[in-house]
Amino acid sequence: MGEVSLIDITKRFAVRDGREAQLVRALEQVSFTVANGEVVALIGPSGCGKTTLLRIAMGLESATAGRVLVDGREVTGCGYDRGMVFQQAELLPWLTALENVMFGLEMKGVRGAALDEAATRALALVGLKDAGNRRPYQLSGGMQQRVGIARALAIDPKVLLMDEPFGALDAQTREGLQAELLDLHARTGKTILFVTHDLDEAVLLADRVVVMREGRVRDIMDVPLQRPRVDPAAIRGSSAFAATRYRVWRAVHDLPELVH
Amino acid sequence: MTDSAERRTHLPQASDRLDDLALARRAGMPHWAVTTISLVVMLAAWEFFGRDINPVFGSYPSAIAVAFWELTTSGLLGRALLQSLQPFAAGFALAIAVGVPLGLVIGRFRAVEAAIGIYVTAGYAMPLVALVPLLMLWLGLGFAVKAAVVMLMSVFPICINTWVGVGAVPKSLIDVGKSFVASDRTILRRIVLPATLPYIMAGIRLAVGRAVVAMIIAEFFTAISGLGAIIINSANNFDTARMFVPVVVLMVLATLLTALIGAIERRVAPWQAEIAGRDRD
Repeated sequence: MGEVSLIDITKRFAVRDGREAQLVRALEQVSFTVANGEVVALIGPSGCGKTTLLRIAMGLESATAGRVLVDGREVTGCGYDRGMVFQQAELLPWLTALENVMFGLEMKGVRGAALDEAATRALALVGLKDAGNRRPYQLSGGMQQRVGIARALAIDPKVLLMDEPFGALDAQTREGLQAELLDLHARTGKTILFVTHDLDEAVLLADRVVVMREGRVRDIMDVPLQRPRVDPAAIRGSSAFAATRYRVWRAVHDLPELVH
Repeated sequence: MTDSAERRTHLPQASDRLDDLALARRAGMPHWAVTTISLVVMLAAWEFFGRDINPVFGSYPSAIAVAFWELTTSGLLGRALLQSLQPFAAGFALAIAVGVPLGLVIGRFRAVEAAIGIYVTAGYAMPLVALVPLLMLWLGLGFAVKAAVVMLMSVFPICINTWVGVGAVPKSLIDVGKSFVASDRTILRRIVLPATLPYIMAGIRLAVGRAVVAMIIAEFFTAISGLGAIIINSANNFDTARMFVPVVVLMVLATLLTALIGAIERRVAPWQAEIAGRDRD
């Protein structure tokens, strides 16, 4: 299982603007549910609150009002039912790739042979079985992010939360990792909620795209592409992809939906 | 920058050999060679001009070397060094053992920073020499007071640097710890401490110089002993060359210690050199 429900999430905070304190409404009553095994993309212009929402879902920030449920249980902070993949991988530079993956497992209380085994398995899952002894600065950006994904997956969370996971990578590396994520999802069936500003990425990876504007959900759009999506190249060329991409693009730019 | 980039990418030409030579020349002499030459020139100039000065008012390298030889063969220098190094090592170790954890806690927790940060900042500027008589009342004239003076003098730079270092730890790395439900203690030990290591090492390096000064101050003002005693006794006898021996020994000692700390730093924080590589002329 791994169903995430966001219920009326509201986030406000005060920012000092010169002498006056100004109230920022980062999120206003955001509600949607990510079904078990579903992949949902959060997209919207920068400053629309999508990263804040993800951090609230993770428990790294608290909402001013509203609730986050994972499989019906209310979230009060970070937990091992959710794994976070950060924008810049955020590996600990003094640890090797394998030790980085072990870090989360150790926090979870995994010890001894099980620790080794789980970390090695997670690294193998992202295709880095042989790079375990390298330190982050000896890995390319793409490899670093794969270690970041392995670290999150190693604790076997129900839900993977990803904050613009491929945003810092060059286009080709990004496409490679997108294909790998599709494959990873097909194999593990994890629920995935990810933030992106890349329309192609949202449509290619997600079952549904949540379009946010100014702290609210503007639209939730289904992506009518079959799973498993084994051939990203073919999908990118399909008319369904192009049509969905255009619909999402219009929503992101706050244009009315076209009626056929 | 741009012209060396071009050099790397342009097509092979007849002038390449010249370019290679120019590059090799630009790479210049190794670091140690420049330092050695600098030392030789400085010592030669000192020797040259120093000989003209009345030996009470100044000295010069060869006279100091002779005095060094006498002090070494008589065993006096060795005994004094050993006598000095014991409180130095104890006080310095204590400064690290107190300064690092204190800096970590002050840097990590706002309430602690508000409560005791001010004492650390003020303590750094404390005129320690003025307090030595008081310390003598508390701790006597022997080993304890000397170690205490060394500790008090070196704990603040270590603590302040650690404190500043904690502030420079990326928030996102703390988030990594939190996302795996790590406790405050675990985050401090497993994330903040290693991330702060380069700052801690820099603080220890700054503290070496202050600790050496503190050691001599302690030897002057409490029971006269160690290298400080040689300095005082020689000065009282107007034997300036002899007085310079411990001074030079201490400077060499501090330089070696600093180099040692640099080497340790590269061992315990090798990632730092990779991330923050120095590229200078």
